[in-house]
Amino acid sequence: MAMLSRVAEHLYWMARYLERAENTARLVNVNGSMILDLPKHVRPGWSSLISITGADETFYKNYPSAAEGHVVKFMLADDENPGSILSSIRSARENARTIRDIIPREAWEQINELHLKARENLASGLSPKWRHAFLSEVILSVQMISGILNEGMSHDAGHKFMNIGCNLERADMTTRIIDVRSLNLSQKDQADALKPFENILWMSVLKSLTAWQMYRRHMQASVSRDAVLKFLLQDNQFPRAFRFCLDKVENYLGRLPHSEAVLQALSPLKSQIDAANPEKLVQNELMEYIDQLQIMLGDIHIAIDKNYFGEVEEGQSQSQSH
Amino acid sequence: MLKQSDSGKNRHLAYLLLPEGEELFNLLNNHNMTITWKDYPVNGYFDELISFEGEPRSGAELLLKHLDGMTETELQERKAAADAAILGMGITFTVYSENEGSIDRAWPFDIIPRIITLREWRRIEQGLKQRVKALNLFIDDIYHDQKIVKDGVFPGDLLVDSKNFRPECVGVNPPQGIWAHVCGSDLVRDHEGTVYVLEDNLRVPSGVSYMLENRLVLKRVLPELFEDYTIVPVDDYPSQLYQCLSSLAIDKKWPNVVVLTPGIYNSAYFEHCYLAQQMGVELVEGKDLVVNDDDCVYMRTIEGLAKVDVIYRRIDDLFLDPEAFLPDSALGVPGLLRAWKKGNVALANAPGAGVADDKVVYTYVPDIIRYYLGEEAILPNVPSFRCVNPEECEYVLANLDKLVVKPANESGGYGMLIGPKASQEELDEFSKLIRNDPRNYMAQPLLLLSTAPTLIGDKVEPRHLDLRPFVLSGQQTYVTNGGLTRVALKKGSTVVNSSQGGGSKDTWIVDWEGE
Repeated sequence: MAMLSRVAEHLYWMARYLERAENTARLVNVNGSMILDLPKHVRPGWSSLISITGADETFYKNYPSAAEGHVVKFMLADDENPGSILSSIRSARENARTIRDIIPREAWEQINELHLKARENLASGLSPKWRHAFLSEVILSVQMISGILNEGMSHDAGHKFMNIGCNLERADMTTRIIDVRSLNLSQKDQADALKPFENILWMSVLKSLTAWQMYRRHMQASVSRDAVLKFLLQDNQFPRAFRFCLDKVENYLGRLPHSEAVLQALSPLKSQIDAANPEKLVQNELMEYIDQLQIMLGDIHIAIDKNYFGEVEEGQSQSQSH
Repeated sequence: MLKQSDSGKNRHLAYLLLPEGEELFNLLNNHNMTITWKDYPVNGYFDELISFEGEPRSGAELLLKHLDGMTETELQERKAAADAAILGMGITFTVYSENEGSIDRAWPFDIIPRIITLREWRRIEQGLKQRVKALNLFIDDIYHDQKIVKDGVFPGDLLVDSKNFRPECVGVNPPQGIWAHVCGSDLVRDHEGTVYVLEDNLRVPSGVSYMLENRLVLKRVLPELFEDYTIVPVDDYPSQLYQCLSSLAIDKKWPNVVVLTPGIYNSAYFEHCYLAQQMGVELVEGKDLVVNDDDCVYMRTIEGLAKVDVIYRRIDDLFLDPEAFLPDSALGVPGLLRAWKKGNVALANAPGAGVADDKVVYTYVPDIIRYYLGEEAILPNVPSFRCVNPEECEYVLANLDKLVVKPANESGGYGMLIGPKASQEELDEFSKLIRNDPRNYMAQPLLLLSTAPTLIGDKVEPRHLDLRPFVLSGQQTYVTNGGLTRVALKKGSTVVNSSQGGGSKDTWIVDWEGE
């Protein structure tokens, strides 16, 4: 039986939002621990998390400063921030709710549970003492849900839409995490002071993507900017590396009907990645390069939307948060 | 001379009146002990588990004994576990509120099951099959020759004013001549233990998923209760429903069956999803479907259009097809009625089936059964007065404060008057309503609904309940084993609708013969 377009769309967005919740949790977690590794006078603070998610406007409209408490609240709980953990989980649940008949019952129960738990335990997430536990629980829950989905669902078209959504979101987040560290290192007032700690910053990038261990095994190099960039952009074995995510998207698309148009949108992005030479990109160029990758990811989404989801009604299309 | 519509029984009104003083209901729990059944007040009602002064009814002995053995803490733990399971499983229903819009609420569930013996159930089952068979013959006749009208058994002018008679359906021949494939009839028991049919729901009856989930939850939180009993399982329903639906596409071996929902804001959305999932068919919304130039129905898929053969629709008639009915309905599918009339798609229930769940038509059901089947009704109707008949109307108006008045075409307990509990203004208002439109009203004496022990706070108290079994009509007729027991959680209340503070219980059909 062919899959309903509407159902495909909900699966795609459910997966994206779940992935987004997990990524945001990682981001906040790692930023918190990185800051503690830096000497007081050079700590880059929390404002970069806001830039990462492209939410500066919303944030500064509602909060007086980028102090830790404000940023964490914005990233975890703010309803106006579509990338906040609670918003993402709520959106994932709303999407899951409309396809309860498609996904395994256990997956729905866990998504529902995650929604209830995150709401209930929010206070602990906002207190520095318990934040780590709260965020780890979100990350683990999402990983469990994705396990149930991947192992409990037939690997049919719906499964492919889910994984395409997840990998696009993941690729997007990887570029954003690179972006923000580059930002720290390129800002005039900060760059010089941070220079001696550059490796700590790049290590935090790896850690926020749980890439630290795999980086060490595969690159067998000490942590350096160029090697980290190469690994995160071009590695084809690490699941959070851009290239790996892209291969996944291509692979799943290839097994969907009528995917030619979307695959076409994918190919310039592939060449862009293959051609990258991070050593040659100085900070400002790197940021431009990353921006390009994000725009091209957006194009792939648009192609998928047009090709499979079709006639999306007014007010129904779900905005990407960034 | 006053005549009651139910020709079978000519009972006197007085016995049906509400007893004085609900304070008789006070509790019964000694704080140190747990449940003390002998203090449980039966008070002139029929209690489903207890006959009098702590004496269990046949079949309930072991259950009561088991509950007796539990400490209050244990009971509360199980109750909490059930609530947590329901929340975690996302068993919800949606209610609308003026202030808060639509809210997804956890399904209210009482952990003490209701028991009916298999012997009694077999008779009820026969009665339901008989009733639904006659109703289907009636609907088919109404949309064809109207023999029952010509023979003077059913007044044809009732159809003229019927909100659910659809002239568009005249002459249509749905597969197997069946119009109401899924019927939910509400049963109640009076203080003498007689089971009556209170109403039939032939349009889009809901609740069956909660029946299934109640069993699942109870098995999770009180598994030991099941050890001593042989309880007829209920989980066959989705397969039976699928069989019934797929049999409507007569010439197809693997028909494409879908469930059509109004969407996530509908109060029964949970159920629509649940049934689609359990049957393994697609859940679709109106916008997923399209009727093409060939008058066939298709769904939009990632591979283009795919033909649909059977639609289990959970959208009301008038919203089904903006071309045929309400032009501004965004829930339906333009051209759907055309496709159905041509026989290109089967709709369950068929449009127009609601003509038979009109509450005034209800009063004729015993006559309908006699006319089509030549049998007396196995399950009696609640004695009813038809306001359309001037004599009965006068009686109703004179005794409004003792009667329950129901509009012909409302469901969910809306638009009703409960005379003994109404204020003078409400009585006056209904008096006016009835005079203006007598055809739209019928009245019944207030039944003393039966009760069952229900966990309220930390105590066990009697609460009124009803039962909604579901009947499937296709090539075969199937009745659920039991049904959805709904219980009015407010003390003394008889309103069991979940939208108005009702809860539910697992319903056990227990094989207790000879034990």
